[in-house]
Amino acid sequence: MKVLVAVKRVIDYNVKVRVKPDNTGVDLANVKMAMNPFCEIAVEEAVRLKEKGVASEIVVVSIGPKAAQEQIRTALALGADRGIHVETDEEVQSLEAAKLLKSVVEKEEPKLVILGKQSIDSDNNQTGQMLAALSGMGQGTFASEVVVEGDKVNVTREVDGGLMTVALNLPAVVTTDLRLNEPRYASLPNIMKAKKKPLDTTTPADLGVDIAARLSTLKVEAPAARQAGVKVADVAELVDKLKNEAKVI
Amino acid sequence: MSILVIAEHDNSSLKQATLSVVAAAKAIGGDIDVLVAGENVGAVAEAAAKAEGVNKVLVADNAAYGHFLAENLSELVAEVGKGYSHILAAAGTTGKDFMPRAAALLDVAQVSDIIRVESDDTFVRPIYAGNAIATVKSSDSIKVITVRPTAFDAVAESGSAAVEALDTVKDAGLSTFVGEEKAESDRPDLASAGIVISGGRGMQNGDNFKMLEQVADVLGAAVGASRAAVDAGFVPNDMQVGQTGKIVAPQLYVAVGISGAIQHLAGMSDSKVIVAINKDEEAPIFQVADYGLVADLFEAVPQLEEELKKVV
Repeated sequence: MKVLVAVKRVIDYNVKVRVKPDNTGVDLANVKMAMNPFCEIAVEEAVRLKEKGVASEIVVVSIGPKAAQEQIRTALALGADRGIHVETDEEVQSLEAAKLLKSVVEKEEPKLVILGKQSIDSDNNQTGQMLAALSGMGQGTFASEVVVEGDKVNVTREVDGGLMTVALNLPAVVTTDLRLNEPRYASLPNIMKAKKKPLDTTTPADLGVDIAARLSTLKVEAPAARQAGVKVADVAELVDKLKNEAKVI
Repeated sequence: MSILVIAEHDNSSLKQATLSVVAAAKAIGGDIDVLVAGENVGAVAEAAAKAEGVNKVLVADNAAYGHFLAENLSELVAEVGKGYSHILAAAGTTGKDFMPRAAALLDVAQVSDIIRVESDDTFVRPIYAGNAIATVKSSDSIKVITVRPTAFDAVAESGSAAVEALDTVKDAGLSTFVGEEKAESDRPDLASAGIVISGGRGMQNGDNFKMLEQVADVLGAAVGASRAAVDAGFVPNDMQVGQTGKIVAPQLYVAVGISGAIQHLAGMSDSKVIVAINKDEEAPIFQVADYGLVADLFEAVPQLEEELKKVV
């Protein structure tokens, strides 16, 4: 069974996010970039499926600038077999990303597509669901467990207040939540080997997808800064302030 | 303009979040209809009809919607919603599941997790886990929007809208419900709790989180943790508050033994009141805390429990 994993290049999660002074966006110049954490979980899940003998081939795809090939190489070092880079310097929003991925899915015909539930930059949580809709597949979002059985996949989902399990016909789309697995680190020999794995490049035009954005960002601001408050002397004073000043208990 | 609000519920009662979504719809302005899709949802429809400002409640009552499977719900929402200018739902795990799918079926973008309405086509939403706030304008003919319920005050339940049954049944045949496991805890869900008390690496081990649970039980609070506490293996990952965990915005957030890494601050800095208890007075958490207590948590937390019992 072929598994397709989509990964996104985003700001490293440890980097402090700074809004540009002209409020046009977030400053990404000279900032460390990395694979989106939820996408790392998606790659790890695919690799585990391969180790269990469920997956036979893992294809990793990323949409973005030339530099997104770094994240594809990372996925290849973690165990993916080959990469597809959809190269564009334009901003690609969720619906257009889903259309590009749909086009890749039509060519590759994977049985399972695994994506992160959201990227930590735009925080949209949309692409997997949109891809599933456009491709006519079922979706197991926010997955904490993925079990492939015959022509179905059982996905346990993290939902408000508990867990819910659904059975989806294959092919299907799965989006990962934090508890699905703990991603491994790539070993040095595997990083070296990854450099020799195949990586094809295509473009939105080649795939016949119009990526014009539907949403325009008018401005990006820093959130209202919190002021440091007061230090209290002891627990009794704290409880008194919470009750009588802040009135939150 | 006409707005369709998709009700969030559990087939027996309407979730409070729906009333906040109706409030967001009122901020956009226009006729507001509510769609209740589920199984045996008579009581939910009645409750939705009471939401102030609602014109009409549409009810799709069928087993196909009983477990809120996104494949079925999205087809229903796309079909009913195409007659509206806006489709809104709460940004909970149900709305996040079916709404983008409905948007894709309508070939429109979705604006996720809005915290403010600027106009009928312009909305404010947090990005980078709340480290930046974006104002976005939609050029689509139908605006599909998920709403962060904590950002809008719920409307009153003083209305009396008409209730109308829909006979549309959409079963995509792609997915089936297998089972569910409700969290056993009597404590509220972390993401929607009014009070959250979280522990960090300073808790030293998982057993010590019992101290926080006891305080939580006095306050009716949820218990969370920093990524450091999760990575150290003290508590499971689903308790993590932070950029890669849960984003919370309770009325009161109590951070115990948490230094205040960027990762963590991103997940809780929208809380109304923040309390920090830490023995290191230089800890960055104090820079965002409304009330800081420099103390050994192993003394302060049991005292806190005792003091709270006197007043709550």
